[in-house]
Amino acid sequence: MARNSLGREIPETFAGKKLVPYSDPWSVQPHAERSTRQIRRIAHNGSKLVGGLREAIIASGLKSGMTISTHHSLRNGDRLLNELVREIDALGIRDIKIASSSVHVVHSELVPYIRKGVITGLECGVNGLIGELISKGELDCPIIVRSHGGRARSLITGEVPVDVAFLAAPCCDEYGNFNGFFGPSACGSLGYALVDAQHAHKVVAVTDNLVPFPAVPVSIPQSVVDFVATMPSLGDPKKIVSSTTRITTDPIGLQIAKHAATVIEASGYVKDGFSFQTGTGGISLAVAEHVRNMMRRDKVKGSFGCGGITGYFVDMLEEGLFEALFDVQCFDLKAVQSIGRNQRHMEMTAGTYANPFNCGAVVNRLDCAILSATEIDVNFNVNVNTESMGYLLHNTGGHCDVAAGAKVSIVVCPSIRGRLPMIRDEVTTITTPGETVGVIVTERGIAVNDNLPELKEELIRRKAPVKDIRQLRDEIQAVTGVPRPVEFEDKVVGLIEYRDGSIIDVVRKVRE
Amino acid sequence: MAELKLRRSLLYVPGNMPSMLQNIPLFNCDAIQIDLEDAVPYSEKDAARILVRRFLEGYKDRNKEILVRINGLDTKWALDDLKTVLPALPDGIRLPKADSPEVVERLDTLLTEYEEELGLPIGHFRILPSIETAEGVINAVQTARSSPRLIGLAFGAEDYTATMEIERTKSGEELFNARMNVLWGAKAAGIQAIDSIFADVNDMEALRKETELIKRLGFTGKCMVNPRQIDIIHDVFAPKQAEVDYALEVMDAIKRAREMGTGVISLKGKMIDRPVVVRAARVLNTARAHGMVDVVINEEDIYGAE
Repeated sequence: MARNSLGREIPETFAGKKLVPYSDPWSVQPHAERSTRQIRRIAHNGSKLVGGLREAIIASGLKSGMTISTHHSLRNGDRLLNELVREIDALGIRDIKIASSSVHVVHSELVPYIRKGVITGLECGVNGLIGELISKGELDCPIIVRSHGGRARSLITGEVPVDVAFLAAPCCDEYGNFNGFFGPSACGSLGYALVDAQHAHKVVAVTDNLVPFPAVPVSIPQSVVDFVATMPSLGDPKKIVSSTTRITTDPIGLQIAKHAATVIEASGYVKDGFSFQTGTGGISLAVAEHVRNMMRRDKVKGSFGCGGITGYFVDMLEEGLFEALFDVQCFDLKAVQSIGRNQRHMEMTAGTYANPFNCGAVVNRLDCAILSATEIDVNFNVNVNTESMGYLLHNTGGHCDVAAGAKVSIVVCPSIRGRLPMIRDEVTTITTPGETVGVIVTERGIAVNDNLPELKEELIRRKAPVKDIRQLRDEIQAVTGVPRPVEFEDKVVGLIEYRDGSIIDVVRKVRE
Repeated sequence: MAELKLRRSLLYVPGNMPSMLQNIPLFNCDAIQIDLEDAVPYSEKDAARILVRRFLEGYKDRNKEILVRINGLDTKWALDDLKTVLPALPDGIRLPKADSPEVVERLDTLLTEYEEELGLPIGHFRILPSIETAEGVINAVQTARSSPRLIGLAFGAEDYTATMEIERTKSGEELFNARMNVLWGAKAAGIQAIDSIFADVNDMEALRKETELIKRLGFTGKCMVNPRQIDIIHDVFAPKQAEVDYALEVMDAIKRAREMGTGVISLKGKMIDRPVVVRAARVLNTARAHGMVDVVINEEDIYGAE
């Protein structure tokens, strides 16, 4: 065991890999070439259609012990991954690692296949039941949680070699050109899949919407796609779009949004060239509404909006408040429709979005970003992975990438959830290091990191409720009391990887 | 004279909801009315008043005026409400069904007894009576003069329309006479006039219209059922920059007048005397709450040193 710079105990190895403890957000330097894959020469100019998923698995040469990936742009509507694993099992293939861009609640169907030994490792974070069972020790399956940028890095450097990528292709032709803009399972941007398409050893496009050649616009080209397979339906359109894309009506949420808007205004960045990222939660959208009104009022022409894109951002683009949108995934139908027709609404790869190891990710150009949290500690460290019971329930998303990139990263969080205080002495799990977090906003006040002294001064001048983070913690605890800590056993069941590949924290088995 | 204290926005919070009570310190309304009456079901009357007491005992850094709406004095709960809640020191009592001056006088006597028992100065607890029945409206002028504890008269349109057996509309023509009687009573007695709640929390446009209307009529504040309504109400009650500028000139003029040994002076051809100064002071006080000015107006600025 070694302690990383945040005091977390990190084992020397995990699932056979040697681990590098986290030290700080900036200093890890890459010493690798881009990962390579075999160059091939396809003699024929005919169809790459191999049939259904089973034929595609056979054609790809997938064998026991290999690693597969899918993308999560269909989110909770995805049917591909479950169906794929069923077919892999039916073919008698075992010991498969999943390195998808994310695993969602809908993929709880994989649990029996993990028990059966079909799936023996998760090279990606998960949302929902699988993580809970792993935390309880009821499922034995090592899990490595990565951010969006960190996952792109791990594929590009070859740390995670994907043998076969099965990529849901909502609009695809028989020679393998595809996009996510059209068709019954349209999801918009294929930002995550774009990385797999370049770096997986074999690429299978899986479609429920085969269109005559060529499928345009081409997001992922024929030149990187080995096979095309079909299945009756890739996903449930109702669940492809995220559920929480409406402004909150909760007074506490609105209060938080108002404070966050004050922070953005006080930052001084809301002027021509402003760039902004916000999430899909009700509070994030309420902040976006304030930002839109500010930009209108001051006649600001912003530079770009970024991240997962919602209809709110599309409206702002169309109103001329931003020059462009950089879109790694579309969160609602309006965003899907926009990216298919507006050239200023750019599809962006997860690598371009957030990978720390390239010539500059888009997050580096962000002025202000709104992020969420499940817990925050007095050193501004943020947890988005584990919940109050200690179970691993959420993936990291772009959280630590955006926090590191944005000039002012603003974490919005209600001070109390279900009687529990959300600002604590220590978070259960560190997802994002405090030194990359600028401001914490709760309904009870605003805590500004010492590394932003000018912003703090300006907020005080504007009579915003600025408080020391420890004072905020005390005020909350005066209402809630101090909860008894969750107890863990020594056994490490998962890793929380920082975007640079070092290990910022581990997930331990919960003592029941 | 009517107090300078701002009471633009008075938010109701149900007394039986711990999750809502604990958020009271967070909202930027001028006053809170913790409700033990209509919002609390019969089965929870006991629990609610104890909960409210505990909350008030723990709410040390009071940052707004706290009123408790007790159950009507004609109910079996009212005395227990007072007995339980008053030791936790609310600023006052919102008295439902203040149909006559006698009802207020009765509460006044009870409050005096509690003040003696608790060792508080007589008059510590204030009263905001609800004028919410036909009888209450008729008696509003007398009720407004029934106790020195009164901070104002509060009009309750929901109960009023029920006793009138009429529907409450968004345009509110049916409330006009009642509102005027409440206003006349309050203004004649030199106390504030507080308007009823606006029940549709999703119709912000109609809330704005109604608030603009009641401000024009003379109300100085409005009750609310949802914190989302606060900003609109404050926005309507915010003074215009020109009003603020004029008020500053008035205060400056009266200061010069005092230095010359008089209480009356001319400003741009208009006579500036006490009523004008009081009005200016009120504008500046409101402007201060809106962050428009930094000046603090005290009684000496208005009336001069003794």
